[in-house]
Amino acid sequence: MKLDLSPDQELVRDTTRRFLAERSPLAEVRRLAADPAGYDRKWWRQGSELGWTAMLVPEELGGGSVTGDGLLDLVVVAEEMGRLVAPGPFVPVNVVASALAAAGNEDHRATVLPALVAGESVAAWCLAEPGAAWCPTDNARVTAERTAGGWVLSGTKSPVEAAVDADHLLVVARTAEGPTQFLVPAGTPGVSIVPLRSLDLVRRFAEVRFERAEVPDQAVVGNVGRAAADVEHQLLLALALQCAETVGAVDQVFSFTVEYAFDRYSFGRPLASYQALKHRFADMKTWLEACHATAAGAADAVQAGSPDAARLASVAAAYIGDRSTAMIQDCVQLHGGIGVTWEHDIHLYLRRATVNRATYGTPRQHRERLAALLPA
Amino acid sequence: MTGTDVEDVDAFRARARTWLAGAMPRRSGAVGLDTVQEDRVARHRELQRTLFDGGFAGIVFPVEYGGLGLTPAHQRAFTEEAREYDMPVVFNVPTLGILASTLLDFGSEDQKRRHIPAILRGDELWVQFLSEPSGGSDLAGCITRATQDGDVWVLNGSKIWSSGAHWCDWAMCLARTNWDVPKHRGLTMFIVEIHQPGIQIDRIRQVAGTSEFCQEFFDDVQIPASAVVGAVNDGWTVASRLLFHERNSVGGASPYVSGGGPEGPSGGRLPGNRLVAEEVGVAADPEVGQLLAESYLLDVVHGQLAERIGAGIRSGAFPGPAGAILRLFSGEKFVRQTDITMEIAGVSAAAAPKGALVGRYADQFLGRQGNCLGGGSTEMARNIISERVLGMPREYAPDRDIPFNQVKRNELPSRP
Repeated sequence: MKLDLSPDQELVRDTTRRFLAERSPLAEVRRLAADPAGYDRKWWRQGSELGWTAMLVPEELGGGSVTGDGLLDLVVVAEEMGRLVAPGPFVPVNVVASALAAAGNEDHRATVLPALVAGESVAAWCLAEPGAAWCPTDNARVTAERTAGGWVLSGTKSPVEAAVDADHLLVVARTAEGPTQFLVPAGTPGVSIVPLRSLDLVRRFAEVRFERAEVPDQAVVGNVGRAAADVEHQLLLALALQCAETVGAVDQVFSFTVEYAFDRYSFGRPLASYQALKHRFADMKTWLEACHATAAGAADAVQAGSPDAARLASVAAAYIGDRSTAMIQDCVQLHGGIGVTWEHDIHLYLRRATVNRATYGTPRQHRERLAALLPA
Repeated sequence: MTGTDVEDVDAFRARARTWLAGAMPRRSGAVGLDTVQEDRVARHRELQRTLFDGGFAGIVFPVEYGGLGLTPAHQRAFTEEAREYDMPVVFNVPTLGILASTLLDFGSEDQKRRHIPAILRGDELWVQFLSEPSGGSDLAGCITRATQDGDVWVLNGSKIWSSGAHWCDWAMCLARTNWDVPKHRGLTMFIVEIHQPGIQIDRIRQVAGTSEFCQEFFDDVQIPASAVVGAVNDGWTVASRLLFHERNSVGGASPYVSGGGPEGPSGGRLPGNRLVAEEVGVAADPEVGQLLAESYLLDVVHGQLAERIGAGIRSGAFPGPAGAILRLFSGEKFVRQTDITMEIAGVSAAAAPKGALVGRYADQFLGRQGNCLGGGSTEMARNIISERVLGMPREYAPDRDIPFNQVKRNELPSRP
């Protein structure tokens, strides 16, 4: 994270760290691997009391942050979640809450939003489509056709994080007028949610199928046909949070691997005394600090709504995506054989980093975006 | 200017923007090919004088030595505003970034007053006499000797890899003044006027055809006692600080330099890779798009890292040697970017019309390891990061605590 956190942000960091260490330490994360949702609702409500779900929602709509810069406070939480590979629908709920706060109708804001902020209900953002675009808008394959009193949704979204346990689904669909977002109750007839086998132990993904699922006009979030800008902004929020989380995970792995190198002896001296290994640690330290710097740069730009925000978010996503899994794999190698055992904690981190790298755009997909965004 | 009178960065930036537009010439030529050529040195001395006369030289240097006494944030703002202009970058490294900064830290009052204003005016260019033919990384093992003779010192030996010594005026030279103690304790740093009897300067031809590096030979060169920087036999303290400034300069985190530097996210200039892609005709290829994007993001991340490390060293979050992190990133970035250039160039890397940009970049590729060697090798940077930042055990060193005259070392090279 950035070096100059304010005292308030340090408090957020320390409170989050303490809460996670007490309520969802790694042993609990392993236990939750067998849980269908991958997290405990009561734990999620307690996290919401700490502000996990409120920071991207303005105070007048029941939200609030510590410093007033909601995203900058929230990435502090995100990084801590990465450090302990926390469970829970952190990114999906925050993205949907932000979307409803910005573009939801009165009913969304009066009923759905408060429940999300309180941690009483959970939402998922249905964006990616199988074998198709990772961020579809004009080219979305999930369609919505007008009917007498509303819309009919058809198509499949996959993979969708947190859909298994979600109460609400925010869906990006294509209409005759253009891309449109709809808030769909999970139990709507015609909606089926099929769990996928997720690489992460506790972050669950599912396929969400819409088979002529009917929703009323009031399900529209924002303006019909004009969701592209909302989708883009939501994507940038997701990327900023995801990058911060990955950086927290990699930082933690690097720290305990350095510690291991001091403690583990071979041929009469610690691993940390071998130059070949020292040099790998030096490379990783360099990449790690670069990851911190670029994640902070992206968060600042997205928070400020700067014209550079999309570019800096893709820079961060591409760089951190590439470096994070490479570094964690090298840390696996530095641990020797125990690094590929179930018992050692490192695979929990590798899973999280790999999932984050793959969702909301791979490094290659972000470089493709960047190529189109390069300054003239 | 007192502390309470320090100009606000935004106001300074606005003032600089106006001044630059009226006073400095617009930039031309491709980014990345800023290898200094001799005919540009005279021009850069003029540009430095223009900066000085305009009140924009030495932004972080103390007012009493001709600077503005402002902050690194002011310097960063100026560098951003100056991106479109021709700047006297030949003064940046090593003169401003490494030598003037070291002089600020260890120079006597006389030395500072004599030299720093002259540097800021563009009258003096400086160079380092550190590396020797018998060793570069092991700087403390240098064998150029300075012997005391009354109130002068007599210098004999050879230095190498001094950038542009033939067009520079002054140097800082590390020499051995005591052979009976362990290597680190018998060194002294001297200020040496370059063009004087007894100093022969040979140009070294580089692979890409330039010859800005030099080798110097010292034959009974007379140096006054007032030329000692810091204390006699405490030259290693000065040299260590100089290396700190060097790591920061090479990595892009020095607040003493002005203009130049890695591309920021809003950098308005087309990087070399983009120009080569257009010249060769592959700019529309999606694979080339991937490579251009990768090259671009490395520049952005470099700038972000430089700010983070610079701020962290200033605040104490990182120890001083953390500048090596930037040095390492910078070298490795250059390796990747030159690889990308060669990939984009395709067959044109082998041969292109005379004067084509791609030919110049192919030459740059030949000498690219220089970016991983000059200013401290990337291997040494990895030692520094692992030892001084991560606290890992230091390398075994058989010469650390024995008198230097008992240490095994390379044979002296024969004179050409």
